Amino acid sequence: MNNQNNANQKAVQIRNLSIFYGQKPALEEICLDVKDGDYLGIIGPNGGGKSTLLKAILGLAETAAGTVRIYGDEPGKNKAVMGYVPQFAVMDRQFPITLREVVLTGRLKQGISPFFTYTKKDKEIAVELLEKVGIADLADRQIAQLSGGEFQKMLIARALAVNPRLLLLDEPTASVDACSRDQIFELLSELNKNMTIILVTHDLFAISSQVRSLACLNVRLVYHGEPELNERIVHSLYGCPVDLIAHGVPHRVLKAHEGGRKA
Amino acid sequence: MIQSMLKYQFLQNAVLAGVLASVVCGLIGVIIVEKKLVMMSGGIAHTSYGGVGLGYLLGFEPIVGAMIFSLGAAIGIGYIKRRGGTRSDVVISLFWSLGMALGILFIALMPGYPPDISSYLFGSILSVAKADLYLMIGATLIVTAAVITFFNDWKAYLFDEEFASILGIKTAFFEYFLMVLIAMTVVVLIRVVGIILVLALLTAPAAVAGMFTSDLIKRMLYSVLLGNVFCFAGLWISYRMNIASGAAIVVLSASSYVITYLARGKYMKAKAASLAGH
Repeated sequence: MNNQNNANQKAVQIRNLSIFYGQKPALEEICLDVKDGDYLGIIGPNGGGKSTLLKAILGLAETAAGTVRIYGDEPGKNKAVMGYVPQFAVMDRQFPITLREVVLTGRLKQGISPFFTYTKKDKEIAVELLEKVGIADLADRQIAQLSGGEFQKMLIARALAVNPRLLLLDEPTASVDACSRDQIFELLSELNKNMTIILVTHDLFAISSQVRSLACLNVRLVYHGEPELNERIVHSLYGCPVDLIAHGVPHRVLKAHEGGRKA
Repeated sequence: MIQSMLKYQFLQNAVLAGVLASVVCGLIGVIIVEKKLVMMSGGIAHTSYGGVGLGYLLGFEPIVGAMIFSLGAAIGIGYIKRRGGTRSDVVISLFWSLGMALGILFIALMPGYPPDISSYLFGSILSVAKADLYLMIGATLIVTAAVITFFNDWKAYLFDEEFASILGIKTAFFEYFLMVLIAMTVVVLIRVVGIILVLALLTAPAAVAGMFTSDLIKRMLYSVLLGNVFCFAGLWISYRMNIASGAAIVVLSASSYVITYLARGKYMKAKAASLAGH
């Protein structure tokens, strides 16, 4: 891994990527580079392919055309490089598992490992991560008893347990209270110091004040560049139309974003 | 009953069969309830009837036929489901009916007087033979070993398959493996409660255990215990009242579930009321 020293290393390099769900295109001819150390926000309407793009990066989606490279390798080749925080709506919250056990699953080994038990180190790492995200006191709760924010923090801790270089998050602040949302963003900027982050979000506050670069996705990549909420971006938001507005975000938030911390 | 048990081989076999059935039910029942594979298990169970018919037609042990057919169904359903492009409930229902139809066909093709197949359909724990027992012991050992050996992987796979796959855990392997384990479980249960009644014994202990604990290991252990209680109470009722054992076990399992469910609702309400009172 002498690539690791290369400062211009691309964390993610996507070339002409197309993905179809049956006949319907989910992504068309996406070209996107994410620099190492970047903090990329992806916005776009529902069904615009945001989650699909994350899955393509993770190597979970079947690609019709194009290539995806993660630090120069095919996705899935080096599993330990990526941490993933899925959309929390799709999780089974009744499953009999505690918070601690969920975070520990991030320490599982690749492949098929009979009689695998977590080492003392693994357990220490899990506790450290729970402390880092601020929910260590809930470690032995069953996950059904967690609030939205706590659950989301647990998923972030689990993703970090993999010890990734690249962290992918799918709407981590949806159905999370305002306080947890601020804590999550604070944590992400802290993590960004030594980790590349890709964040799918509907949260314009995050776009205006958190991320280093912005991608706007509506099947095609409509915009990729600086996260400035100026007329140009507003225009490109209209290019990936209506969803942001349909989510109850009035236009003025785009301009008066500094004070407007409303989700 | 204890005295007769020491005296009669068939009762000893019945007790051993009950224990084996409870073990696989406890382990796999909890998994299929959590993974929402109950209907798939029903499909695998009913497909095995084709194997029972084939066994009678060609003159080999029907339970071996059941094993072959349920393994075939497990792998077939698993493959089609994984390949995608179709709804798994459709595939399951086709396997379900096709297996039953083949069983009826094979038995109709049999020369001579038709055998009594009701013990395979509704179970007959009192007529478990040596050959059945060996197969049941083998299947139970494999299921138990598989669950214990990969326990942490199973847990991650069951909770969040996608994340497990990102970690590099071979989820395809675990998916097929689980299907095979379900098939083996079904075979163990067929002699005890029968093809048609399998689902009750697979789900009731797991569901009742689920109301008492939210720890996966404890849930499995409680399920095994409950399965034993249901099997032996059912066996005793059937012995005393001379009614079909499978039916007795299933009625007992289902009513235990309903009673626990209602009692728990009452308890939770009372608890909430007392908390609100303070």
